[in-house]
Amino acid sequence: MSAAPAIAAKPVDREKGNAFPVTVVCLCILLAWYIAAIPMNWVIAGPKIEAAGGGLANVLAFSWNEARPVIPAPHQIARELWKSIFTVAPWMPKSLIYHGWVTLSSTLLGFVLGSLLGIALAIAIVHSKFLSKSLMPWIIASQTIPILAIAPMVIVVLGSVGFTGLVPKSLISMYLCFFPVTIGMVKGLTSPEAMQLDLMRTYHASTSQVLWKLRFPASVPFLFASLKVAVAIALTGAIVGELPTGAIAGIGARLLQGSYYGQTVQIWAALFMGSFLAAALVWLVGVLERVTLKRMGVRP
Amino acid sequence: MAGPVISARELSLVFQTADAPVYALSKVNLEVEDGGFVSFIGPSGCGKTTLLRVIADLEQATSGSITVNGMTPREARLKRAYGYVFQAPALYPWRTVERNVGLPLEIMGLDHAAERIAKNLELVNLNGFEKKYPWQLSGGMQQRVSIARALAFDPKLLLMDEPFGALDEIVRDKLNQQLLELWDRTGKTVVFVTHSIPEAVFLSTRIVVMSPRPGRIIDVIETNLPKNRTLDIRETPEFLSLAHRVREGLKAGHSYED
Repeated sequence: MSAAPAIAAKPVDREKGNAFPVTVVCLCILLAWYIAAIPMNWVIAGPKIEAAGGGLANVLAFSWNEARPVIPAPHQIARELWKSIFTVAPWMPKSLIYHGWVTLSSTLLGFVLGSLLGIALAIAIVHSKFLSKSLMPWIIASQTIPILAIAPMVIVVLGSVGFTGLVPKSLISMYLCFFPVTIGMVKGLTSPEAMQLDLMRTYHASTSQVLWKLRFPASVPFLFASLKVAVAIALTGAIVGELPTGAIAGIGARLLQGSYYGQTVQIWAALFMGSFLAAALVWLVGVLERVTLKRMGVRP
Repeated sequence: MAGPVISARELSLVFQTADAPVYALSKVNLEVEDGGFVSFIGPSGCGKTTLLRVIADLEQATSGSITVNGMTPREARLKRAYGYVFQAPALYPWRTVERNVGLPLEIMGLDHAAERIAKNLELVNLNGFEKKYPWQLSGGMQQRVSIARALAFDPKLLLMDEPFGALDEIVRDKLNQQLLELWDRTGKTVVFVTHSIPEAVFLSTRIVVMSPRPGRIIDVIETNLPKNRTLDIRETPEFLSLAHRVREGLKAGHSYED
């Protein structure tokens, strides 16, 4: 071939061009937040403002800097996050890294267990009409019960037989996150076309060969979509699991302590830590997805 | 091998549907000789694909008898007697070309996979594309990969269900020529489903003309065209008279109510 000028199309970078709208939305939220903080904190800050003689400067100074505000201003949360992440040793109970790690470890354990359970259930359901009919109603019913109703029972019952800490919490994560994996994987494992399945039949392939060489690879995109949902709710499960026993460590415990003592800034900092964790986990699954699909030769 | 590769006697297949039974095949009698190239041609709904699927044990006849290599279709399938090429390439998108061709070898646990893959990719003129993924190939190339895959484990019988139906005329002509050469070189028995008259006449040693409602055979035409033919043969009087006879057969069997 001659050296033709390269006119290869530039790959479209979907991340690019997102920065501006995202920034604008963030700024709008911050602005609304600061404005809303003034009336919401008036009950506490109002008398102090009047005592100081009123004026805009006093309004802003007091309503955005209360120690126990109804709603803390963004910079207060940022300061609390900075303090509890960077100025405290990560193994101290005052550190959000410490609490984050406690929650993260049970999230990850529950996520792994729940995903494995979800995949196993999906494989069983796809291969057996009987199991499909008998299991499916229970699987769906399991998700109609509010987790807040189940979590205390699980924690208390397991605690009474000596299981405390990591395992009961991760069981709650598992309970929440197996469901999207099962649903997604049933869809994924049945996604091969009739022809692709007929082909296996002409080879007289065994059921396990059909599973590993066709159904499972075909289900990978469905698996990752489910895993993204699952990892986020696994974190929710772990936090909920920390609430009922008044656990002393974990993001849930931090939320609980904050609400006992009216430490709203601490609550909000813990909330933010939780959402950072969730975002990081979902992002990580997304990276894993891209790497896996690339290795599988999927069209970029 | 003595005896026909495929032999069907009074073969019928009825699909039970919600309102009325559909007679997909009605009393089909057919013999396919070893080394032959037999085409089933007819309008859609004439049962040509169904007949091929019965041979392949992907459907089961409701009455009559059929043997493949002297066995029931099921026994023949379990012995991996045939390679099947579908209407679409049906490649596995996460496998490269060579791993798609190697799929039956993996499943059957056959050795010398690398040589078999290389040999069959050469048969369909696709050497050099081993590491490509299906989406990187054109439709015609994908279908050639699927032919190489069907031949990979060296079955004596090749069943092809409208393999070039989705391709444009130019690519189809080229693949017809290549398929003819491939058949000549390998000596396989080929059963080929098509709805293209020129394709059927050009490729076949025998053309089975079928008609719908109920699906049945209305004519069987021996072609006797020279073995080393090229696409030019389509201009000759012999070719045109064969094509005419196929067309007449299709016309006779066609009901104009629909």
